[in-house]
Amino acid sequence: MQSNPRLSALVLLGLVLCAGARAEVRVGAPFPALESAAFTGGLPATAGKIVLVDFWASWCAPCRDSFPFFTRLQQDYGARGLVIVAVSVDEKAADFESFVKRFKPGFDTVRDHEQRLVREVKVPAMPTSYLIDRAGRLRSIHEGFRGKPTETALRKAIEALLAEKN
Amino acid sequence: METPLRSAALLLAALLLGGCATFQPVRVQPWERATLADELMNPRRAPLDAVFAEHILFSREGSAGGAGVGGSGCGCN
Repeated sequence: MQSNPRLSALVLLGLVLCAGARAEVRVGAPFPALESAAFTGGLPATAGKIVLVDFWASWCAPCRDSFPFFTRLQQDYGARGLVIVAVSVDEKAADFESFVKRFKPGFDTVRDHEQRLVREVKVPAMPTSYLIDRAGRLRSIHEGFRGKPTETALRKAIEALLAEKN
Repeated sequence: METPLRSAALLLAALLLGGCATFQPVRVQPWERATLADELMNPRRAPLDAVFAEHILFSREGSAGGAGVGGSGCGCN
């Protein structure tokens, strides 16, 4: 068979372009282990629990709006096995600390001080929540916080996961 | 040009073009917008100054509007 150099080059170019595509965590795939991430602050026990990982920052206004809702969510579902881990992407520790002190979240907050996990996950917007099932698989992604629509979607997704057999 | 040489040139071009694979090479990621979200980055943080500037522009150019774009800051949501 005779080779076509132009065709080969085009195929190669296509492969190179594909390699540059985004490689974020996809629904159904295992979520990166929180234990191996370099966080400032202690992680709660997450083994066998439904985990809601929320990426936020002190400079993000919708993140501020989402905190009272996440506190209610933790109160409503905590006893049934939900753990909320709010991961701050703040570069300055003081920003993170003053925010937590001011808004007093009723759930666990940690700081991804090297922004390692957020880069790995490739968070599409601030804030974004990732709902992880008891087996550690990512089940849904909730981009942004838009008040009631986001609250309804998150409650529905959590209820569905809680209803699943272990 | 000889065929092997042409093939090599095409391959080299493909590899070099691979550097353009990210079509937004300087895109600021959502988690990198702390500085952009700072109030100091808001060009309209002094509304009265903005009105004066618009008035001067209108008087000088005989046209109004077209100053700035909608939205700024952290780009959240």
